[in-house]
Amino acid sequence: MRWLSGDPPRGWPARALVALVVLGLAATPLLFHGVKPLEVAEKICVMAALAASYDVLLGYTGIVSFAHVMFFGIGAYGVGLASYALGPGWGALALGLAGGLALSALLAVAIGLFSLRVQAIFFAMVTLAVAYAFNVLASQLPDLTGGEDGRSFRVPELLRPGHHFGHWLGAAVTGRTLTYYLAFAGAAALFLILLRVVNSPFGRVLQAIRENPLRAEALGYRIVVHRTLAVIVAALAATCAGGLDALWLRYVGPDTALSFSIQIDVLVIVVIGGRGTLYGAVVGAAVFVIAQNYLRSAIGGLSHAAADLGLPLLPSLLHPDRWLLWLGLMFILAVRFAPRGIIGELARRADLAEPR
Amino acid sequence: MTDIGAASPRRRMDILPALTPLIVAAVAAPFIGSLSTFVTLTLASLAMGAMLFVMASGLTLAFGMMDVLNFGHGAFIAVGAFAATVVYQFAPHGSLGIDLAAFVVALTAAAIVCGLVGYVYERLLIAPVYGRHLEQILITIGGGIVIEQLLLALFGTQPIDLTPPAAFRGALVFGQIAVEKYRLVALGLGLALYVVLLLVLSRTRIGLLIRAGVENREMVEALGYRIDRLFTLLFMAASALAGIGGVLWGLYQSQARAGMGGELLVLVFIVIIIGGLGSATGCFLGATLVALIANYAGFLAPKLALVCNILLMVAVLLWRPRGLYPLGGR
Repeated sequence: MRWLSGDPPRGWPARALVALVVLGLAATPLLFHGVKPLEVAEKICVMAALAASYDVLLGYTGIVSFAHVMFFGIGAYGVGLASYALGPGWGALALGLAGGLALSALLAVAIGLFSLRVQAIFFAMVTLAVAYAFNVLASQLPDLTGGEDGRSFRVPELLRPGHHFGHWLGAAVTGRTLTYYLAFAGAAALFLILLRVVNSPFGRVLQAIRENPLRAEALGYRIVVHRTLAVIVAALAATCAGGLDALWLRYVGPDTALSFSIQIDVLVIVVIGGRGTLYGAVVGAAVFVIAQNYLRSAIGGLSHAAADLGLPLLPSLLHPDRWLLWLGLMFILAVRFAPRGIIGELARRADLAEPR
Repeated sequence: MTDIGAASPRRRMDILPALTPLIVAAVAAPFIGSLSTFVTLTLASLAMGAMLFVMASGLTLAFGMMDVLNFGHGAFIAVGAFAATVVYQFAPHGSLGIDLAAFVVALTAAAIVCGLVGYVYERLLIAPVYGRHLEQILITIGGGIVIEQLLLALFGTQPIDLTPPAAFRGALVFGQIAVEKYRLVALGLGLALYVVLLLVLSRTRIGLLIRAGVENREMVEALGYRIDRLFTLLFMAASALAGIGGVLWGLYQSQARAGMGGELLVLVFIVIIIGGLGSATGCFLGATLVALIANYAGFLAPKLALVCNILLMVAVLLWRPRGLYPLGGR
């Protein structure tokens, strides 16, 4: 278990769940034919990596950032705009990602140093304001970013849907399949790196700061430095996730890369999956993305049924566009009554049954 | 703990932060050039600042007194604006007296509705997580989303018209300078609320209890006061202020939208960070500063208005890491 940094999920139910999700994701192109399942699986991979990086902040360090999706967007825009400007090619992708990483690191340092000096609650407010301003800026500079419309771009030959590699186990292997496995492998690598980080001595200090900032400081750890480093690590990982997502979508725009609703999604994923355990991000992302793609239409069906029965108000409450209402309620209930999340709860039961 | 913000008028005031709006205006003036434009922009800023103050005051006071930061505060602003649209649907139009009465009714209705929603919100969401910032942020974000979505479900996704009554429309003209009447109304109301807040905090028994509760919660409880009820009351007042601010802003923008709260929350956060969390005077100053920058930058480089306000926040934090007039001791 070396590559898991000696920190596998605790208890067999949690292990089985994580293994199910990972194997499912790995086998999706073979098991399902068609566009939608692969889209969903790719979203799960990217969201799992993004949520895992967010969990380094929320779960391990105990700070709330609302600018995390901004870093995700920087990665996406970096890859997208570089490919758009320089033409498709691996060099453009690498350059875009490198540029995005540099900008993210710079912004993360600035935000961290300014807002983490006084109290962590400043950070939440400052990141919200900065992310909003960044979003507005991105849509107001159409010459650079494509504005509200965003930019479609072309990817290297090898990754295009038209590129056929042949058949394997009855499934057509195309550039799309390769892109999916690139996203899958990228997300897995990001996850394992983050797992390494939180299990390092540095990660332990982060947890100490979360538990008791005063005591950590008294032990000689510089809180601002550690928190800022955590923000940088998380921001860089989010940037990579953004790059992977842009590569899959072959498009960047405010709605897919910067919107505040993605930030809410990430928050919900981390809380539902379990704060303070990176595996929570994987399971949370799987549950959330599947629910978002398939439950939403179910709610719409209920809405129609309520309208047919002539019930007042219910049709508009159950309208698919009001999905966020139910998400918000679920989120409140989860924070209030199941703060450990899925993986946290399974781990607690495992610990009760068999104390470590 | 030595200071309780500006609540205590006898305290020696640190005068320098109070001068910052003048400095900003003086720096901006040469860039704007024309005097009449400058005066018009400045007056518009003062009115916008007054409205921002009303919207932000509740949030900053609730934080200073109760140590609660409500990320759903923006939703209350929107609730206030929608309450006003309902009132104006039924209000008759006509003379100055009727218009004024309708305005007062709209403000009162918004305050009452937001106060009641605030009561439920505080009991259900905030009461269980007092003193735990992380959970507070998460649960109030959820609460804000739910309220916003309920507004969308109840009132639809289209913005609702909220035209100011005839009595407030039009402008007063002094030479080359035109001032919209409604802006004067907003400015007056904002100033009045600021004075009332200061007086309540410094001169009344309930203000005394609130200040005492900030200093030492256990002691106030030991003396037999139910501080949790006081907090509920305070939160209702904070929500009501947000609602009043929402009416003012909705009339200013001539519409009510469910999303307006989320957008305003960003400005409101900048305001209270600049002002210093918890301070009424700081909030007023911060609101004026943000409005000045928003208007000047909006005139000079419209796309960069919000970025300029972020830079203002950075500059203030570099100079005073806790804001202009912070509450002490936290």
